[in-house]
Amino acid sequence: MSLLEVENLSVAFGSETNPFKAVDKISYRVEAGQVLGIVGESGSGKSVSSLAIMGLVDYPGRVSASSLKFDGQDLESLSEKQRRDITGRDIAMIFQEPMSSLNPCFTVGDQIMEALAVHQGGSKKERKAKTIELLQQVGIPAPETRLSAYPHQLSGGMSQRVMIAMAIACDPKLLIADEPSTALDVTIQAQIIDLLLDLQREKNMGLVLITHDLALVAEAAHQVAVMYAGQIVETGTASEIFSTPQHPYTQALLRSLPEYSLGEKRLQALGGVVPGAHDRPNGCLLNPRCPYATDQCRSNEPDLIGTSDRAVKCFYPLNAEGRPAA
Amino acid sequence: MSYILEAKDLKKHYEVSQGFLKPKATVKALDGVSFRIDAGKTLAVVGESGCGKSTLAKLLTMIETPTEGSLSFEGHDLLAPERAKELRQKIQIIFQNPYGSLNPRKKVGTILEEPLVINSQLSKDERKERALAMLAKVGLKTEHYNRYPHMFSGGQRQRIAIARGLMMQPSIVIADEPVSALDVSVQAQVLNLMMDLQDEFNLSYIFISHDLSVVEHIADEVMVMYLGKVVEYGSKEDIFANPQHPYTRALLSSTPRINPEHRIERIRLKGELPSPLDPPTGCAFNSRCQFAQDRCRTETPDLMDGVVACHGVEEGRLDYLQATQVATSAQPVEA
Amino acid sequence: MTTQNLTISAPPSPLQEFWHYFSQNRGAVIGLYYVCLIIFLVIFADLVAPHPPYEQYRDALLTPPVWADGGSWRFILGTDDVGRDILSRLIHGARLSMLAGAMVVTLSLTLGIILGLVAGYYRGIVETIIMRVADVMLAVPGLLLAIAIVAILGPNLINASMAIVIVSMPHYIRLTRASTIGELNKDYVVSSRVAGAGALRIMFITVLPNCMAPLIVQATLGFSNAILDMAALGFVGLGAQAPYPEWGSMLANARQFVQSAWWVVTFPGVMILSTVLAFNLMGDGLRDALDPKLKQ
Repeated sequence: MSLLEVENLSVAFGSETNPFKAVDKISYRVEAGQVLGIVGESGSGKSVSSLAIMGLVDYPGRVSASSLKFDGQDLESLSEKQRRDITGRDIAMIFQEPMSSLNPCFTVGDQIMEALAVHQGGSKKERKAKTIELLQQVGIPAPETRLSAYPHQLSGGMSQRVMIAMAIACDPKLLIADEPSTALDVTIQAQIIDLLLDLQREKNMGLVLITHDLALVAEAAHQVAVMYAGQIVETGTASEIFSTPQHPYTQALLRSLPEYSLGEKRLQALGGVVPGAHDRPNGCLLNPRCPYATDQCRSNEPDLIGTSDRAVKCFYPLNAEGRPAA
Repeated sequence: MSYILEAKDLKKHYEVSQGFLKPKATVKALDGVSFRIDAGKTLAVVGESGCGKSTLAKLLTMIETPTEGSLSFEGHDLLAPERAKELRQKIQIIFQNPYGSLNPRKKVGTILEEPLVINSQLSKDERKERALAMLAKVGLKTEHYNRYPHMFSGGQRQRIAIARGLMMQPSIVIADEPVSALDVSVQAQVLNLMMDLQDEFNLSYIFISHDLSVVEHIADEVMVMYLGKVVEYGSKEDIFANPQHPYTRALLSSTPRINPEHRIERIRLKGELPSPLDPPTGCAFNSRCQFAQDRCRTETPDLMDGVVACHGVEEGRLDYLQATQVATSAQPVEA
Repeated sequence: MTTQNLTISAPPSPLQEFWHYFSQNRGAVIGLYYVCLIIFLVIFADLVAPHPPYEQYRDALLTPPVWADGGSWRFILGTDDVGRDILSRLIHGARLSMLAGAMVVTLSLTLGIILGLVAGYYRGIVETIIMRVADVMLAVPGLLLAIAIVAILGPNLINASMAIVIVSMPHYIRLTRASTIGELNKDYVVSSRVAGAGALRIMFITVLPNCMAPLIVQATLGFSNAILDMAALGFVGLGAQAPYPEWGSMLANARQFVQSAWWVVTFPGVMILSTVLAFNLMGDGLRDALDPKLKQ
């Protein structure tokens, strides 16, 4: 039994007749102790999908799924209160901007103790001791002195560590990290990712790492899902995806990285832009930009074909040489 | 031979009030930076928060004047006020944030024509002609002339920002993290555009970035900064193949790479970036460096031969260095 | 490989976008229609009003409105104690109120913007002086200042307006200064600087259009304040003098008739109330439409 099972999750906005599908029937699994990397550019729906799992998508967004199971429990059938018990305790989430994710009016200590109070209870003294322990775990030096610090007094890296401390306070089984290091400097970024991976290994948590940084996912994740305009276009292990990508979009993304064109003058850029709300093409969403598109691609939408571990949403998946199957 | 832009020992100190009745503190945002750049070349400035790269950008575009040091363009002193206005047009800037660098209340055409309105005597039609020509050059269409910035995507806005930067036909463009806020595929498009424009107009770029994979692609020379000082300076090939300064190595090792063969062993830096208000004594990097010794905590290293500023390198005690250390092909800058 | 251009039409212009958000607030739209009606009355008062406002019909003193006993269609809302048609006086009175409002808002907005921009741009001692003067102006009670000025210069609409301008200016100064300081740090201003823009261009052409949203909202509310202040001044006899049909003076004259001829008091009061309410509703709608954070 997987830790998290998502099947045909959709999030729609706008009118009923012509909805904007921010997330369009995506399915994936996360096992305990495994790191799933969800990669996509802006407009791919990667953040919205994790907000939907946490139950954080408000009106006017509409969430629907064939099945949304966490640890065997069907999340959709739970009441509001039961759902709230799980989120924050068993599933935790950290966000991109640590400066705006922490409440500027409360001290760091207050905010972590609040998380503990809501889910675990305990006396103030117990919670304080646990908070100091958590701050130590996330690598904040002299944690006792930091309890009374306000978020604006901390640097970006420190704030992100506090966020992580809050997230792991109740020993969650699954941690969702939405662009956790994007807003940070490079060396601090490396520290934070190392911290997340260390904690993940120690506690055998499932970790969903959402990012646009392909190289980061290549280094950190076991399984990878690539998203484009609200759909998952390819899944596989990190080494499979990055050495033999099967979807033209994955291939294009990899080729547009500077690392791919070392020594060459120009980068291999994919023309065009991600379709927005009003200009979704018929058929496969990538067809206006795909170098291999045929009439079939322009009129019909491909299914996601393959196994649960390795799948691709394309009529002509690329072979090992990087060319589409005839 | 005169370089197109030459900076010697630039310093910028700010006075910051510490509160009522307390003495003012001095923030040394830039503390002795020297470099030189040729026409048509790209100098990459690499560093993290607090290293002084934004201050450098402000000094080079003459929004602020340096506390000390000299800056010359084609041999002419940029700090002398008589020719400042005219020379200023030759150095333009592109910003990081495509969502904040264009005036939300102006049409694209107006934004592009503004430098011409201020600095030239062209007629309305001539200005429009130039603006439309520039729009086409950056890959946008005529109908975009009358639209407002919020109707464009991040990549398109950055193209508009590039177009505006080029309206005065500058020789030098300061690009302050121009692609950091863009998606990967858009990043590639914009970088290609910048390189094409560089070829066509023989532009020099001062490319500020923290993304070493982009720097590796686009730079000719690289300058690594830490807390207002230059810690390493050299050609791209030298810096990436044989990084000498421990900070450079840490930066390179922290950059994620897709291909496992390109990865070097991760150097885990301890601690946070120090605040410019309270820098460490001696070498600014000593608080986080695994090779720091007593001398590092008391004595600030000089930029040896204009290449690297490190006691450990000078003393030859860093184990990762090969036998050939300082003798590289980098062009030395006079100290 | 060509990229298909999938957008069919140009994106909406700012005006269309603004109307889309504004029209979602029903109260605001009603307010807007009412204000348009008032403006129509102001322009065409001579044509629309059934009687001249100063004409006294000696044979019809204190006639009740048409739906009450003794009323007639000749005087729809009745007449006052010297036989003047109330409806016509109200319609002509709209001119005075709107004129007062427009004058006050235009002047205080213009002066407030200039001072606020200068304070925000130059900072330092200039800012300190301007802001302290603004603080002093804020500390003065508007009506008392108006009474003082009018007592010195003589009671008429223009003098009373001057007083209201002085006390409304600080709001615009503060708003503009705060917005200016916020906008000056942004990259697009730095770009203009690098392009060589001087202080005047940066203040008025680059920054000011981006500060307009809160100013427009404040101006609408300022309009309604001005109308109220005018009415108050008219009530104490210091605004427009008789026989001008200013709504506040009409109220003052009618005090004695509250019990005996309720219509002489009520209708001017209702006019003041409804006009002020319309402007306030419009201002609310404007704020919602112009505030980017509230947009979906």
